[in-house]
Amino acid sequence: MSDGLNRIAFATVAFVLAAVWGLPFLYSVWTAFHPEKYSANFVWNAPLTLSNFTEAWQAAPFALYFLNTVILIVTVLVANLILCTLVAYAFVRYRFRWAGFLFSLVMVQLLISPEILIVENYLTLSTIGLTDTIIGIALPYLTSAFGIFLLRQTFLTVPKSLDEAAQMEGAGAWRILWTVYVPLARPVYLAYGLVSISFHWNNFLWPLIVTNSPEVRPVTVGLSVFATVESGIEWSLVNAATLMTTAPLIIAFLIFQRQFVANFMRAGIK
Amino acid sequence: MNMRLSYGMGFILLFVPCSLLVAFTHYPAFKALLNSFWNNGSSIRPSRFVGARNYEALLEDDKLMQVLSNSFIYAIGTVPLAIALAIGMALLVNSRLPATGLMRLSFFLPTMLPMVAVANIWLFFYAPGIGLASQILNAFGLPSINFLGSTDTSLVSMMVVAVWKEAGLFMIFYLAALQSIPTNLKDAARLEGAGSVRIFFDVVMPLLRPTTIFVAVNALINAFRLVDHIVVMTRGGPNNSSSLLLYYIYEVTFGFRDFAYGATLTVLMVVILGFMAAIQFWVLNRKAHYQ
Amino acid sequence: MNARMRTALPLVMSAAIACSASMAQAADLEFYFPVGVNAPAVATIEQLTNAWAAQNPQHSVKAVYAGNYEETTTKALTAAQAGDPPQVAVLLAIDIFTLIEEDVILPISDIATSDADKAWIDSFYDGFMVDTMFDGKVYSIPFQRSTPVFYYNKDAFRAAGLDPEVTPATWDEMVEMGKKLTVKDSNGNVTQWGTRIPNLGLAGAWLFGGLVKSKGDGLSTDTGTEARFNTEAAKASLEFLQRLADEEVMAPGGITWGDTPKAFLEGQAASIWTSTGNLAFINENAEFDWGVGFLPGGDGPGAPVGGGNFYIFKDITDEERDAALDFVRFMTTPENQAIWSMATGYIAPSQAAWETPEMQAYSERLPQALVALEQMPHAYREFATFQRARVTQYLVDAIEGVITGGTDAATALAEAQEKADEVLGEYR
Repeated sequence: MSDGLNRIAFATVAFVLAAVWGLPFLYSVWTAFHPEKYSANFVWNAPLTLSNFTEAWQAAPFALYFLNTVILIVTVLVANLILCTLVAYAFVRYRFRWAGFLFSLVMVQLLISPEILIVENYLTLSTIGLTDTIIGIALPYLTSAFGIFLLRQTFLTVPKSLDEAAQMEGAGAWRILWTVYVPLARPVYLAYGLVSISFHWNNFLWPLIVTNSPEVRPVTVGLSVFATVESGIEWSLVNAATLMTTAPLIIAFLIFQRQFVANFMRAGIK
Repeated sequence: MNMRLSYGMGFILLFVPCSLLVAFTHYPAFKALLNSFWNNGSSIRPSRFVGARNYEALLEDDKLMQVLSNSFIYAIGTVPLAIALAIGMALLVNSRLPATGLMRLSFFLPTMLPMVAVANIWLFFYAPGIGLASQILNAFGLPSINFLGSTDTSLVSMMVVAVWKEAGLFMIFYLAALQSIPTNLKDAARLEGAGSVRIFFDVVMPLLRPTTIFVAVNALINAFRLVDHIVVMTRGGPNNSSSLLLYYIYEVTFGFRDFAYGATLTVLMVVILGFMAAIQFWVLNRKAHYQ
Repeated sequence: MNARMRTALPLVMSAAIACSASMAQAADLEFYFPVGVNAPAVATIEQLTNAWAAQNPQHSVKAVYAGNYEETTTKALTAAQAGDPPQVAVLLAIDIFTLIEEDVILPISDIATSDADKAWIDSFYDGFMVDTMFDGKVYSIPFQRSTPVFYYNKDAFRAAGLDPEVTPATWDEMVEMGKKLTVKDSNGNVTQWGTRIPNLGLAGAWLFGGLVKSKGDGLSTDTGTEARFNTEAAKASLEFLQRLADEEVMAPGGITWGDTPKAFLEGQAASIWTSTGNLAFINENAEFDWGVGFLPGGDGPGAPVGGGNFYIFKDITDEERDAALDFVRFMTTPENQAIWSMATGYIAPSQAAWETPEMQAYSERLPQALVALEQMPHAYREFATFQRARVTQYLVDAIEGVITGGTDAATALAEAQEKADEVLGEYR
């Protein structure tokens, strides 16, 4: 008897929470698809329009911002995957002097992430003349302690016998890395890739500081520049731009949501 | 048992990644420490060594005291709230209720949006008198709240935005953990007559502990490093009531162009984070002992 | 392949020659500018820059929209310090001291030396020139200048039984009329406020300067080394803001700049104090009868002048410098000032611009545009000192501290004064 009541209470909480959670986003959708004068007035038969999207698209080079973000994400991801693999491999497979010390040095970055060091990293970047470049945005993130840590944990679970069997067959260090270690860590690569992509898709403060021109601005900075208030701000335009720029990731998630959760599980990030 | 690392191989494996790491983590941290002993120069007045003067300024900076207390409240407020909500959401989505797919979407959508986009959306949502939040309050006969324009509510409003954005991501971690709990464990407990609430606290929660630790550490780091919404929504105001430490560093350095004081604040930030890490390490170690 | 090379080679060579020939005076300008989201402003800037480029095919210009005023200044400064300055930028007039201290700009009066150049510099209204000068030199050229005016909803005035053609002239009248304009619903919640003065952040400090001016004082002087926060005028101004909230004429607490036009359009505020830069936006979106008047004043009318000027940067080649000067001159011809003013609502900064037929027709069509010009004699320069960002923040903290109820006006202003003096002492 009380189980049935419990279930109803549980369901109510669930639906209310989900509805409240969705509200701000739905509001933004409403604003984006209606003319500006309905952005704070809810009339059920308010005319729908796509003109906010076309106007926002024409007002700022969002396609370019997208391209920049994609270049940034790919650069960081490729570098991360390669460099973190190399370091993790060294820590797991070899012994060398200072290994423990070096590992704790690496782990320092988990704590002091590059965002916190914006002041000095900015000075470094301007000394070497890489401000206002995409590689400049990427540089502090090319090696990731988190990636090294995850891969090291995974590589440690690779049975030594597999490694030794491969050696018996005459495989060199690189072949062993490629044929033994990397395949076993595939779910980790996927999960880490998702985390890295989402991180750089989000990243704002650092790119804001180091970029000046639209040619290198990622979407986040482009969006904030677009929504900057100096004179009358049109909510519908800003919301259209917001939705437009975030649509690709949302659509990707809708398509891949099952695999997404499954990969997190398999990677053991839980 | 492991092989010795030859110099050549070591160079190939470690040189590039480690030098990048040193160049953008260790070197800047060290450089901040050095720069904190110099004053700020401009083109017409070069900087000079001032000893501990910047640190004296740190102690006298009443705005900094407010910023530190804000950061502390922000972390203490957002981390547990986001975790509790994430667990709740994961349980809901993992239940046999109808429309869990839609629920998952609703919870997870905010995570897909960059913080800047989230801030834009909430800026309009919060707008006093005209935004949706005010309209809902008014519909219930309540007065509008000046969310971002009052010192009483601005920080809390920022915390709500952060929790809204982050809880969904943490939910995914919990969801993964929940789905890996063997069902026979729960069935066994149920056979022994345990209710759902007892099963949750006695069986499920302990199994979620590693997830909670992972999520808590991440949430805590994020509480210090994510200030995008402050930049977009309040710029730390009104009267510094929503300013967080990293935003203050940004304001001092790139707004006031005081790189020396910015470096000093960076040192403070590193020290605080180091201190937090030490506490975490200590707590986790003790926990491990008792298990 | 040989054949192809034979035909290709002369082509390449002639192209190279053509290139090097035009290289002699060609300049690729980068031009940073700040304007808000509203598309017409960006489109107009592009229209004007393209027109200049079309007239000067040997040059090119890239207009970079760099965010709001503060961000654009930051971007320009960081680019300059990295050795890659934009040649031209529209930045806040009040950033003059920062730009001089960082040694990144050229005095325009040093490079614009011909008689025609001098006549051009003299063509702008004096009110806009005061904050372009330092140490006897002109450092910038007025362009995107604005001043706040009093926008009011005539329908709301009528509904409150007020004469829709008479705006409040004094603070007392503002309070009195504002009380009539404030409307509450059956729950006692306010649905329409009497007036709305943005009081947060830099915009709040800007409008505050107008209040102080109307009490016969100024927040800063032309030396750049003096902040005048702890004055009777400033105290009275802060108390006026407080009084508006206490008497329920204005919403209590912090009021943002960005939402202000929206609140006006939505009927949330019967009147607003905001920049003339919003004229076009409000004209386009208002669905009620609206008017514009002088800002109500303490002892008389008073307003701040604000907005952005053209600066030319150092560390650029002679060709770039000449091209930049030519570009600035082009952008500020009377005709182009008129185009820019009509597209945005910024005040055209010279008499000649107002005398163009287009501008004459415009002010007949939209008489509200003339109010700002008429208010100009009562306007005073916006707060500007060395270390402007930091010192203004002290003022912002004081204003925000009082309006959010944390401190009283006298204490807050005295504290801001003390901090400002500490910073500025080094520059005196």
